[in-house]
Amino acid sequence: MAEIRLDNLQKRFGDFTAVRASSFTIADGEFFVLLGPSGCGKTTTLRMIAGLELPSSGKMLLDGDDVTFKRASERDIGFVFQMFALYPHMNVRSNIGFPLKCQGVPRREIDARVEEVAKLLRIEHLIDRPVSGLSGGDSQRVALGRAIVRKAKAFMMDEPLGALDAEFRHLMCVELRALHDRIHATTVYVTHDQVEAMAMADRIAVMNHGVVDQIATPQEIYDRPRTMHVAGFIGSPPMNFLRFHANVAPGAESVRLNGETIPVPTLHEGVANGDVALGVRPEHVELTDDGGIRGEVFGAEYMGTMQVVTVHTKHGPVKARIPSSRPARIREHVGLRFAKERLVVFDAVSGRALKSCLFEETIRG
Amino acid sequence: MAEVVIDRVTKRFGDVEAVKDVSLTVPSGELVVLLGPTGAGKTTLLRLVAGLEKPDAGIITIDARDATAEPPALRDVSFVFQQYSLYPHLTVYDNLAFPLRAPARRVHEAEIRTRVERVAQLVRIDHKLANSATRLSGGEMQRVAIGRALVRRPAIYLMDEPLSSLDAKLRAELRVELKHIQADLGATMLYVTHDQTEAMTMASRIGILQEGQLVQVGTPQEIYERPVNAYVAARLGSPGINMLPIDALPAKGAPNGAVSVGARTEHVELTPADDGPAEVIMVEHLGSENFLHLRMNGHRLVTLTSPDRQWRPGRRARVSLHQPLYFDAAGCTLAVAQHVNP
Repeated sequence: MAEIRLDNLQKRFGDFTAVRASSFTIADGEFFVLLGPSGCGKTTTLRMIAGLELPSSGKMLLDGDDVTFKRASERDIGFVFQMFALYPHMNVRSNIGFPLKCQGVPRREIDARVEEVAKLLRIEHLIDRPVSGLSGGDSQRVALGRAIVRKAKAFMMDEPLGALDAEFRHLMCVELRALHDRIHATTVYVTHDQVEAMAMADRIAVMNHGVVDQIATPQEIYDRPRTMHVAGFIGSPPMNFLRFHANVAPGAESVRLNGETIPVPTLHEGVANGDVALGVRPEHVELTDDGGIRGEVFGAEYMGTMQVVTVHTKHGPVKARIPSSRPARIREHVGLRFAKERLVVFDAVSGRALKSCLFEETIRG
Repeated sequence: MAEVVIDRVTKRFGDVEAVKDVSLTVPSGELVVLLGPTGAGKTTLLRLVAGLEKPDAGIITIDARDATAEPPALRDVSFVFQQYSLYPHLTVYDNLAFPLRAPARRVHEAEIRTRVERVAQLVRIDHKLANSATRLSGGEMQRVAIGRALVRRPAIYLMDEPLSSLDAKLRAELRVELKHIQADLGATMLYVTHDQTEAMTMASRIGILQEGQLVQVGTPQEIYERPVNAYVAARLGSPGINMLPIDALPAKGAPNGAVSVGARTEHVELTPADDGPAEVIMVEHLGSENFLHLRMNGHRLVTLTSPDRQWRPGRRARVSLHQPLYFDAAGCTLAVAQHVNP
């Protein structure tokens, strides 16, 4: 087991900087997720941690040892890519035991370790079956078993669930996290799917254009996003942004939006005559008859007890998550009211959240 | 736009009955979604309406006309397949214009331009009209495929999982857009999916298919709140409905003959209690809410809670149910007075 430390790690490909000087520490036993859109540098970061890619500058420490220039094979790190890559001519036992066989581990030890892993993954009843007849889920458990049988210091997973349909992906998320809770191996997991990240991570690093925007627990990232990119990437539907031009002074307790006064958490920073965006999560929007911000209902999506209503306003579309019992007809004119204590004001030019008392609250768990 | 009626239609492939005696009316201007897992017969039913398959029994009428024996071209339907199939040698514009240039239709080029441009805007591909169809991303290709169907005004639009190849964000956006376009045009649409979110959010009415049979048709709310059986109940809801044996929890007011209870998250109330029978085994964050996974006397239970509540793995709770669903030995829903008028 291991702690992973990145110290100003940077990667350039020619003129293109894939990862800009990142420094962070992944704790021993942590489930750490690198999250971002394609091209944000998350896979490059993972490959540098694994030793598949050498950094252009910076250092990387594994359990305190400088491994920056060590090859992947010298780092003792296990890998899971897309999970379906099994050897079709081998049975489950041989597939899981293969990495050990390559290392020249004695036969009897291989058997013992394979059986231990099979038990952990709850596939011990399949151990002598050919892999060709397995269900999708069991195939993936075997692939996972092959990765963890080596008892590596840490595990790297690159979009391992990417190819699965939504329902099954969710099932595997729950299983992967349960497995992590049993073996507590340091895990770095790359995905572009925020649902996966939120469901599994101890902490998430949200990346964008080679930069780590924010590292925090899932709830912290959701409740207190530091940038518009983070806020807009997390949540389904993601945070709404109402864009406007304003003069905001430090200490302000409200913003003026189209002549309306909108109370916000006390701001500690201001924007002098610039473009700002008011960020509000769909569950913090209420439809009222008299709300200051007005708009027209564009669509309503029934979700069971709740619905998501899209309202077109002068400041862009706003989605509200409200009880299904409140009727919302297409083209209906409605007013919007926001939960003041949960709003975030962003500098729309830099994309950064203005400091406010929202960010001072003690972190909820 | 027109009403489409499927009347006692059966379709066999060899020994397999893919569609069994299905009757379904798609009223004019409605979006009816067929929901079911792979192999339930939903795509076959769609292909029967399109005329790509011939029924072994039953009648299909389009706009009050018996279309059962008509070839696809005469039926006045537009079909969007799961896999986009564009003409690779044509531009986006020409792909969109293609259905309007069919010899049988004769639409003026000026009218074609107006309609293509309007549709391109709707599916947000208007900035790439001059591109070759092969130089698009997967999401863009699928939007062109949808646009090509929308450019015509057929009696009915038939859509076979049109959003399933798109990424989550675009899928969520196009869901709202497509529903809005449908409502705007007053289009009649028969839409096939295995994605319950699409069915719930887009449908005027949902038809649930199980092994070739139509087991229930109703509004999303009817299907969600009053499923006819356990199979239907399990199709909708996130997290899925918890199915427990009737003796797993003290059940007050369970009707006679109930062997299992179906508890949706809104039926479940948790009270923190150190001696409670349920133990939290996992907390899954969604942001707005948490999925709470519990274990209780060997049963699994998943429910939604507010992130403000301090539930952590290892905490114990008492569980009570409020107006859950009850099922008999055959899995059929048992009537309880309060479910009839929620």
